[in-house]
Amino acid sequence: MSRNTPAFVRSRMLPESPPPVADTGAIRWLRENLFSSVGNTILTLVSAYVVVRILFWAAPWFFNGIWDSPSLSACREMLDGRTGACFAVLTERWNQLLYGFKYPSELYWRPTLAFVLLFVAIAPVLFIKYLPRQMLVFTGLYPFIAYWLIWGGSVTVPVFALVGVLAGAVVYRRVLTVSAGVAVLAGIIAAMVVWWAAGRVTASMEGVFALEPVASRDMGGFMINLMLGVICVSLSLPFGILLALGRRSSMPIIKWICVMFIEFIRGVPLITLLFVANVVLAYFLPPGTNFDLILRVIIMITMFASAYIAEVIRGGLAALPRGQYEAADSLGLDYAQAMQFVILPQALKISIPGIVNVAVGLFKDTTLVSIISIFDIVGMIRGPILASTEWNGVYWELYGFAALLFFITCYGISQYSQWLERQLQTDHR
Amino acid sequence: MAGLGCLTATVLGVIAGVLRLSPNWLVRKLMAGYVEAFRNVPVLIWILIIFTVMTAVMPAPSAFRGDNATSSMLLGAVAFTNRGVYVPSPVWGPGSMVVVLTFLASIAGMFYYRHYATRLLYDTGRLLPMGWPSLVILFVPSLIIFFVMGQPITLDYPSLQGFNFAGGLHIRGSLIALWFALAIYTGAFIAENVRAGIQAVSKGQTEAAAALGMRPNRIMNLVILPQALRVIIPPLISQYLNLTKNSSLAIAVGYMDVTGTLGGITLNQTGRAIECVLLLMLFYLAISLGISAVMNLYNNSIKLKER
Repeated sequence: MSRNTPAFVRSRMLPESPPPVADTGAIRWLRENLFSSVGNTILTLVSAYVVVRILFWAAPWFFNGIWDSPSLSACREMLDGRTGACFAVLTERWNQLLYGFKYPSELYWRPTLAFVLLFVAIAPVLFIKYLPRQMLVFTGLYPFIAYWLIWGGSVTVPVFALVGVLAGAVVYRRVLTVSAGVAVLAGIIAAMVVWWAAGRVTASMEGVFALEPVASRDMGGFMINLMLGVICVSLSLPFGILLALGRRSSMPIIKWICVMFIEFIRGVPLITLLFVANVVLAYFLPPGTNFDLILRVIIMITMFASAYIAEVIRGGLAALPRGQYEAADSLGLDYAQAMQFVILPQALKISIPGIVNVAVGLFKDTTLVSIISIFDIVGMIRGPILASTEWNGVYWELYGFAALLFFITCYGISQYSQWLERQLQTDHR
Repeated sequence: MAGLGCLTATVLGVIAGVLRLSPNWLVRKLMAGYVEAFRNVPVLIWILIIFTVMTAVMPAPSAFRGDNATSSMLLGAVAFTNRGVYVPSPVWGPGSMVVVLTFLASIAGMFYYRHYATRLLYDTGRLLPMGWPSLVILFVPSLIIFFVMGQPITLDYPSLQGFNFAGGLHIRGSLIALWFALAIYTGAFIAENVRAGIQAVSKGQTEAAAALGMRPNRIMNLVILPQALRVIIPPLISQYLNLTKNSSLAIAVGYMDVTGTLGGITLNQTGRAIECVLLLMLFYLAISLGISAVMNLYNNSIKLKER
């Protein structure tokens, strides 16, 4: 047997053939993702069945929907026995759902403008890397502009409020070289003095650049949810930081006050706090003062949110390595400087996802105010709209609309926070 | 109420959390849809939606009347009406105590058997079947005793009398709305916690278990979940607390829980606002602190023992 002459040796390379059909493209994807095993196939079929059932149930309802009709009974006549939604309630009552039933309709442009400006104001905070820093000036001015637009009245009120804040800030800067605590006190006193003086002056300038005033009990709808959410979250941030620092303070009285406050607020449901705002808060105010309900609710929700945000920030503070604190001390920074320049920037960065969580949760919780008879979007649906003779019995369209509004907002916020997390991720993974 | 909710939410959450990581694309997306839909919409709206289903969509008791009734009872025993759900209720006849005691004893017996089988496995390497013997131990003795004692426990079926159902157990629509909404809503959050916990277990663990030749089922039960549990438990505690606090929303659908009685009726009748609201807050504070104390004990018991 000779080894030199094998029976057959291929002398040419075969041309490349394409991979088998079952191993490419859509079919491969299907096999890997949907039908990889018996159990998986069953799961796929069951869930496909569920999806198809839901679609078949919802599609005619949605596409047969009537968008233009004066009342539910007219809607049903038009549908003539078919399944179909009655979206007419949205087209007819959209203004009530968004602005409440007493906000003057010729003034709708004001909250709408404030809402649009909100994006302008918040953009430089959200996308701080991509937008010029000068835009932050507008963010600072925004609360006063928004107040003027939504509540109306003379422009002097927000202007003097702004002057007061500026005066406080200037005094704080001046005194900061002496001591941080004294500087805070001095700043607050300066702002108070300006406001007190302004209160004397504004009474005589009621007509200056006045927009038609709107009382806060006339506001309602989704506007109230947005307002409460934005105001309370932004107010609760500074309070939350203070509470978190207080809880880690070495002074026992401050520490215990903060611990008690945080644990108490976190232990009770928001509803009971709203009851407090509704019925109890008036007992603690000096007789004769008459806060409106919205303001009381803002105070309570802010307290609620700041307790939760304090816990989130405390987590961030605890996550910082001790070396950071020691490094700040060894540089000779005092407490305020160490916090401002070394600790807080890092701790806040760590706690951003938690803060966003609290913000989303809080925004959803603003619907609870409907229970203490503020007509927010849920209150509007349950109250004036479902109780009206035209629309009694339209449930899905209204609740679906409200759910959709909240979904868009909250989903947007959570997507933003995930994006931000990726942006801030400086370590390598 | 909150207990029911916690239990259902945990089951839902664990299932959804595990399914979100399933290799099946459709199931994964379906679960992601569920989680996102429920996490991003206020729980109050969900409670109201389910309450609407219970009150406005369900048929009235009169729809069950007559020969050509438009609605019929499920299995002839459960009636869904717009006044709530009627289910059969057990009637404890004489001698039923023995059956209940037997059942309790079989539960203990089942745990003893499982404990014994595990010991046997570790000591001698012999693998006893776990699944069906536990079921047999759990149910067979009770069933035997049940028939030996002459069927002491009977069911009281709801039946249409006058304008409404009578007999059976009446579950209010508001209770169901609250229970389902809270369970599904919290379940979505728990699903995310479970997913995060499972993903926190490094992939090497799965691969190592697979290399040992374990089946996917066992990998999940014996390797991944015990490790993930340590990550899952702390956020789970806060979810339970949230659920308990959210149960105060019962007032929105008119279910008379403590918020409705103490914060509503008592307050209106006596006019003592501060006392009522303070009592209400103390009540919830006590419950919250109680839950967190118990759960922290549990957390400490399963924590990785470090020196």
